[in-house]
Amino acid sequence: MSMETILSVKPLFAVLVSLVAIPGIVSSRSQNIREAWTFGAAAIKLLLVLSMLPLVLDGNVLTFTLVQVLPDIGITFKVDAFGLLFAIVASSLWIVTSIYSIGYMRSLNEHSQTRYFSFFAVAISATIGVAFSANLLTLYLFYEMLSLATFPLVTHHQDKEARSSGRKYLFYILGGSIGLVLPAMMITYHFTGTLDFAAQGVMAGHINSGLALLLTVMFLFGFAKVGIMPMHSWLPAAMVAPTPVSALLHAVAVVKVGAFSVVRVFTGIVGTTLLSDFGINGIVCVLASITIVVASLIALSQDELKRRLAFSTIGQLSYIVLGIALLTKSGMTGGMLHIAMHAFGKITLFFCAGAIFCATGIKYISKMKGIGRRMPITMTAFLIGSLSVVGFPPCGGFISKWYLVLGTVESGNIAFLFVLLGSSFLNAAYFFRFSTMLFSAAKRR
Amino acid sequence: MELFSFIVAKADYWAYVILMMVGLYALIAKNNLVKKIVGMTIFQTAIILFYVSIGYKKGATIPILHHGSDHGGEALAAHGAHAAAHGTQEVAEQAAHAVAHAGEAAVKAMDYINPLPHVLMLTAIVVGVATLGVALALAMKVYKEYGTLEEDEINQQLRNG
Amino acid sequence: MTSNLPALVIIVPLLASLVAAGAGWFNRKAPFYIAVIALLISFISSVLLLAQVVATGVAIEYQMAGWPAPVGIVYVIDHLSAMVLVVITFVAFVNLIGNRQAVETEFKNKEGAFNALYVLFTAGLVGMTATGDAFNLYVLLEIASLSGYALIGLGSSRAPLATLNYLFLGTIGATFYLLGVGYLYIATGSLNMADLATIIPSMMNSSTILFAFIICLTGLLVKMAIFPVHGWLPGAYSESSTVSAGLIAPLTTKVTIYIMVRICLTLFTPEYTFGYIDPTDIMVAIAVASIIFGSLSALAQKDFKRMLSYIIIAEVGYMVGGFFLGNRMGVSGAILHIVNDAAMTLALFMAAGIFIWKTGDEKQSSLKGLYAKMPFTMAGFTLAALSVVGVPPTCGFFSKWYLISGGIAAGQYLFVGALIFSSLINAVLFFRIFEIALFEPFKSHHHAGDEEDKVESHHGETIVDPGVIESAQQYSGSDSHDHGAIVIKEPPLPMLVPFLGVCVLLLILGLYSGSIVNNIIHFAIPAGII
Repeated sequence: MSMETILSVKPLFAVLVSLVAIPGIVSSRSQNIREAWTFGAAAIKLLLVLSMLPLVLDGNVLTFTLVQVLPDIGITFKVDAFGLLFAIVASSLWIVTSIYSIGYMRSLNEHSQTRYFSFFAVAISATIGVAFSANLLTLYLFYEMLSLATFPLVTHHQDKEARSSGRKYLFYILGGSIGLVLPAMMITYHFTGTLDFAAQGVMAGHINSGLALLLTVMFLFGFAKVGIMPMHSWLPAAMVAPTPVSALLHAVAVVKVGAFSVVRVFTGIVGTTLLSDFGINGIVCVLASITIVVASLIALSQDELKRRLAFSTIGQLSYIVLGIALLTKSGMTGGMLHIAMHAFGKITLFFCAGAIFCATGIKYISKMKGIGRRMPITMTAFLIGSLSVVGFPPCGGFISKWYLVLGTVESGNIAFLFVLLGSSFLNAAYFFRFSTMLFSAAKRR
Repeated sequence: MELFSFIVAKADYWAYVILMMVGLYALIAKNNLVKKIVGMTIFQTAIILFYVSIGYKKGATIPILHHGSDHGGEALAAHGAHAAAHGTQEVAEQAAHAVAHAGEAAVKAMDYINPLPHVLMLTAIVVGVATLGVALALAMKVYKEYGTLEEDEINQQLRNG
Repeated sequence: MTSNLPALVIIVPLLASLVAAGAGWFNRKAPFYIAVIALLISFISSVLLLAQVVATGVAIEYQMAGWPAPVGIVYVIDHLSAMVLVVITFVAFVNLIGNRQAVETEFKNKEGAFNALYVLFTAGLVGMTATGDAFNLYVLLEIASLSGYALIGLGSSRAPLATLNYLFLGTIGATFYLLGVGYLYIATGSLNMADLATIIPSMMNSSTILFAFIICLTGLLVKMAIFPVHGWLPGAYSESSTVSAGLIAPLTTKVTIYIMVRICLTLFTPEYTFGYIDPTDIMVAIAVASIIFGSLSALAQKDFKRMLSYIIIAEVGYMVGGFFLGNRMGVSGAILHIVNDAAMTLALFMAAGIFIWKTGDEKQSSLKGLYAKMPFTMAGFTLAALSVVGVPPTCGFFSKWYLISGGIAAGQYLFVGALIFSSLINAVLFFRIFEIALFEPFKSHHHAGDEEDKVESHHGETIVDPGVIESAQQYSGSDSHDHGAIVIKEPPLPMLVPFLGVCVLLLILGLYSGSIVNNIIHFAIPAGII
């Protein structure tokens, strides 16, 4: 395996392809042509992303600098294994979600579908941009782009509820990125002179322990998309969005971009050695653990299906943070894998929630008795999805959770092991109590 | 006594400072817009007087040469002359430098007042008049709009509707 | 021809203002075209000058009427002034062609006077920027100010009073500057900036020079409306007509800041300004107060242009604070922000012009439903607003980047905090407008049906709706939509295209801010500042 850095415009094209499709989407004269543009862009994007796979699997890194915006920082793309994994997850799920969106939006006769598909395209571009960012500035740029592009999606219904949720969404997301990430990034730049993601981080040797702790916490809370408590409350609020938006953006793109950003900053900027030397990772683990447990408990009490899923997501995201912060090989593998595994699991659950709403108009769990009978295929899919999220073998969720559990054991801190196991019980509780109810209630009737 | 001589020695400065303060006071504290405009004019005039006074020297005459010398030399001479007149030590070198340049024309800079500040003030006077004109025109428009030039009455009207 | 470019930049608009005023008596349309052509020539000359300066790396010194310095008046085109010249002439040109409709309706029968004043104002600013003579600067400052007063006074019925207040403070500021120049002349015997710069270092301890510095700076601070001497600005800018505001708001404060930079660096030299006097703490404190005050006051405004005016006060704080940080990052940020803020303010005031054209008043609450009614305009407006908030890759982000970096390097964390705070407030300000334009009037039902969607999916094209057939480019005074479906009606193309052009420019300026800093601003800052 030879590590090589290859100059390639592919990452740029992969980011831009969905943006390029927007004029086509906007100017299309019929719905079918418009959707054809969406599909075409999605397919090309996936192919472009996949075409980089062989090179990256050989251990190469692809880079491309678009423009040098600051003396020693450019808008630069870099494709490594972790970024590519994330990009593959996002771009393949975009295709699935596009199909789902078309069915959902048409069956509900939603308004402003052109706007919807346009901003969807912007959001996916931004997601791929985050995945391929070579430095923190580029990541920040696409992170902000994603926040702004998802605002019209979250508030799609344009009613009062949408407005108040949109406000909450922006308050946390923009407040975090401008108020915390931006200053943290600039302080980092001031002391280290670079923002490039490096294998061992860039802070070591430049920043003392107190400041490093402060910056780490600023990044962790500032990337509010990862939903570490108390920066989580935008997520349940954002569930007013149409279900495909909730599915792709709030199970995959938005929240995972938050998790991805945190992982990148922890490994590429702060650096794992510095995290462990100064004992910062312990604090992060505790913050993540609290979020895991509290979110799981709240999820139990939610009656609206999408809100229950949202709190489940908050808990699952903290698994990723916890895995990274354990700083053991298995923990980090588990955390990174969990980005992909949870994405597939959770998007299934959201799709099911949307399908139930489309077919019956029901949003609340307490009113769903007997649905298992009426929609057996949907509910089977829901069961499989929830098995994966809870972590039953042979579902994908089991693999990532296995590594996470291994990670806690390797770290020697048994408390976090109990957090993981305990929360898995809670997960099982909030999903299976629901699932069994759906079927058994029907029998009783 | 020392204080007295200090004040007398710089009488022109004190005069301009007092005038300036009078103008500034009227500009800020007066309620009537025309009075404010008057204050503004006094304020500007104070600066003009200040400039005019710094060009003046005792016993010197107007800077018109009887015998030929080129323009550049003349202006440089004036330049130097002025500097010499106000010759604190700070500028002695500068002045000497300038006079040396003009030296060949055999003009004694000490004999002439410095015309440059006066010329500058011609421009400043024009600017002042233009400002006054614009201000009065605006005041007239304000009067037509509100029927008064008292600021408190105008504000009253603005608040009421 | 090329050797006389520095003269062309200023002489052409100066003469054009005379010609335009006269032509107005004979022909109602001629003054506009004369003004446009003059500004275009001036703009092209500025671009050529900038290109020449960047290519050769040497400042151009132009002696008016052939008199050498320090006796004659010289015009100096270096990296800094060339860049500001391009900004001034660009803003003046684009704002005029973009607001042609407003000029024709708002200044009926005053075309000659308006266009003459417009060009004269530009000439004044251009002269201020290019001149190398401290007294000539005062004269041109007053030329620009007086034509500015007249332009603003031509606005709404409340404008004359607001203008009078502006005139009083503006005159105080300019007169202070004149007094400062007088003291400089007493101490040095020179009025030429380059000449003064060679003399001042030898007399650092002179109290006369110190007094001159303080008085000059005070005068300029009054002129640029920094807190607490900002009182005149919101009234003057919001009561003036949109086209005047679109010219004056982006330029006056920015050029005054340029003058401050020029005076502090070229005239008094950095060794004196930052080495001897070292006003960093106090000036940054004033800047912080200005930023916070401007941002908070903007929150309280219901009127769109008035809100923009308060944002300008905050932005003045950005630049003053950044400059007086005294390090290369901070000064670069301040100078870059002169360019960026001029472009952003221009875009926003042009948007204000379009909103007034569309809705008939300036209240934020009348912007309801605009996203659906004019998507292109609103896309441009959104971009401009995000630039003010400071979202990458718009230009507003990058100047803020330099300013914050400078603040961190100088240890002025209060300034850094104020910048972040103001960004957040700006986000609130603009998202409040986005919300009104996007959500209101609230939809009564989620699924409004197909009809609406068809309109959405065809925007930019001809909209066919039962009963109404309207072209997107068609112009009529106010919109009429009593057919239920939303009718898309963008402003006429001559209004829309320049506006969108400026909005796209915000992105380009952002992406190429690295080149601007490396190729222009880097050379504009004396080597002494690190």
